[in-house]
Amino acid sequence: MAVSTGSKILNNVEAVRETLYEAMKNDERTVILGEDVGARGNVFLITKDFINEFGEQRVIDTPIAEASIVGIAIGMAMEGLRPIAEIQFADFIYPAFNQIVGEAAKTRYRSNGEYTCPLVIRTPYGGGVRGALSHSVSIEALFYHVPGLKIVAPAFPADIKGLLNAAIDDPDPVLFLEHKKTYRLIKGEVPEGHYTIPIGKADVKKTGNQLTVVSYGLYVHWALDAAQQLEAEGLSVEVIDLRSIRPMDRTTILQSVEKTRKLLIIHEDNKFGGIGAEISAMVAEEALFSLDAPIRRLCAPDVPAMGYAEPLEHEYMSSPAKMAQAMREMVTF
Amino acid sequence: MASKSKPAAKARFERHGLTDEQLVEILRIMLMHRTLEGRGFQLNRQGKIPFASAGEGHEGVQAGAAMAFQRGRDILVPYYRDLGLDLGVGLTPYEVLLSLFARKADHSGGRQFPHHYASKRLGIHTISSVLATQIPHAVGAAYALKVRGERGRAVLVTFGEGSTSEGEWHEGMNFAAVHKLPVVFLCENNEWAISTPADKQMANPNVADRAVGYGMPGVIVNGFDPVAVYAVVNEAMERARSGGGPTLVEAKCYRFLAHTTDDDDRTYRSREEVERRRRDDPVPNFERLLVERGVLTPEGAESLKKAVLAEANAATDRAEAMPYPAPADLYTHVYAGDHAPWR
Ligand SMILES: Cc1ncc(C[n+]2csc(CCOP(=O)(O)OP(=O)(O)O)c2C)c(N)n1
Repeated sequence: MAVSTGSKILNNVEAVRETLYEAMKNDERTVILGEDVGARGNVFLITKDFINEFGEQRVIDTPIAEASIVGIAIGMAMEGLRPIAEIQFADFIYPAFNQIVGEAAKTRYRSNGEYTCPLVIRTPYGGGVRGALSHSVSIEALFYHVPGLKIVAPAFPADIKGLLNAAIDDPDPVLFLEHKKTYRLIKGEVPEGHYTIPIGKADVKKTGNQLTVVSYGLYVHWALDAAQQLEAEGLSVEVIDLRSIRPMDRTTILQSVEKTRKLLIIHEDNKFGGIGAEISAMVAEEALFSLDAPIRRLCAPDVPAMGYAEPLEHEYMSSPAKMAQAMREMVTF
Repeated sequence: MASKSKPAAKARFERHGLTDEQLVEILRIMLMHRTLEGRGFQLNRQGKIPFASAGEGHEGVQAGAAMAFQRGRDILVPYYRDLGLDLGVGLTPYEVLLSLFARKADHSGGRQFPHHYASKRLGIHTISSVLATQIPHAVGAAYALKVRGERGRAVLVTFGEGSTSEGEWHEGMNFAAVHKLPVVFLCENNEWAISTPADKQMANPNVADRAVGYGMPGVIVNGFDPVAVYAVVNEAMERARSGGGPTLVEAKCYRFLAHTTDDDDRTYRSREEVERRRRDDPVPNFERLLVERGVLTPEGAESLKKAVLAEANAATDRAEAMPYPAPADLYTHVYAGDHAPWR
């Protein structure tokens, strides 16, 4: 954990940037590849100027070809580099599905441990930015079914740094999801120096004893706002930030549910087959008789995407107010 | 247009610098290739293994290309029909039989389909059966060689002509050319992708013609002539090793057998076609050539065949006696460390 000499305030973009920078500086094997990561420095300026310092051999502006951005990174990883591949927006990761699911996740398994695939795939995801159909999707549920892959989706700058460091150090492929609405919105204290946060550990961001809320990404922040609101009403809600989606921290969820006896899962992705489905099933299997209310999931409706028009996006997304209402109903059930 | 390697003049035998020993080694690999694949089909018919596949007709391509591979330096990213290439870079018959029998001591621990070999020792990458996924892997490996400044090493990646329709094939070719990577793309064009003939795969029958579109050399070679394949692949590998960038080589051959033991090729091509093409069978033809040219005596050829069969038989017995993986082996190597998967 933290071996820090101090801390500073960073937003989420800066946290990603600083962590990538350190990785490039500290390990020659690290390469960054993706669309517009070089001269432009990524569309969110995350890798701005990296190309000047580390050269175009290690900061690679790739052709627009997502399957091979990941596929080439897999070959690099098998051959001893530590590639960090970027998919410009999560919405464009589908051509790489083949490589991520069929290849990266199975490299270790199919070679009986002889070949490994230490690869990080970073991608900005999520809505609330008027991104319409192809700049606002959540993709985690399409990948979390896949053993061999790890998926993290931290929401706070300090968690981003610790988990991105862990992902870069990890000997297996990690899909690293960055909620783009949090990029500049969320600021926080980040310890200086190198530290990691274990992949697969959730974090209780607020303690409470009448309801457990599990969320991740942007919605953790909104859930915390809602929980504060309820606090003022004298209702006590515990908020767990999942941080890692695969492997999932079942222990932290179960311990909390045993205490609060109620579970609300909130995520931006649609409900059917989402992360919440797995958490509900897990809690139903392991802790059904500890529950004082039915499990509830507050998720996006089962429509293909959020629309561009403001009312369509608004209707698709949740809000602190909607979350507070769901929490109230659960606590008073 | 892709350049055609010239057919050797009838009277002269162009050996492209290969010694007698190397020529005999090429024949030995071809014979072993055919013998072990035949063994797979036999074992399948005996009900001992559930599946087998073969590259009969590809022996010349693979044994020739393998001669251009520098062991301990180059990297091979093969596909599933490359038993001869794998043998040619050092895989042993015993390892082949372990794969056919799906034994625990197999490279994949009995997980992979037959003929999906991987070996760090030999520089053979792990592959899946998913067509063309290996192309970007090879390109990434070549990038690693380049970024580390490892001159003198190159990657050889192979695929069938059907796989060239995949997007990842195009993407890999393009990236390799943009970065002038040390990689050789070897297409084993056997005219069939399961039941789909090449003319339904592409309008231009020459895969190598596409090279110009990427900005790399493209060469067509007669895949029934292992020495010609050696020469072309060797030149391409040398160019790659010395910083000259990638090459697309297309070796024209034919698939004599059905796609796998699960396929019946009578449903889509005539026996006449197959019989006609059999006349070009590279294995007896190359053997005859070496005897005619005095590289090998008839007795030498016979004893070579005997030795190959004896080695294949010994490998079969030895591998068959080895244990299967245990049920508990299903759970290992999902992630690094002592991860215990959910069950
Ligand atoms: C992505 C993908 N699609 C389909 C298949 C099923 N399949 C296996 S082999 C094959 C034909 C491949 O033909 P080619 O690339 O020419 O190689 P060949 O088998 O003829 O050597 C097909 C369609 C597959 N393995 N992977």
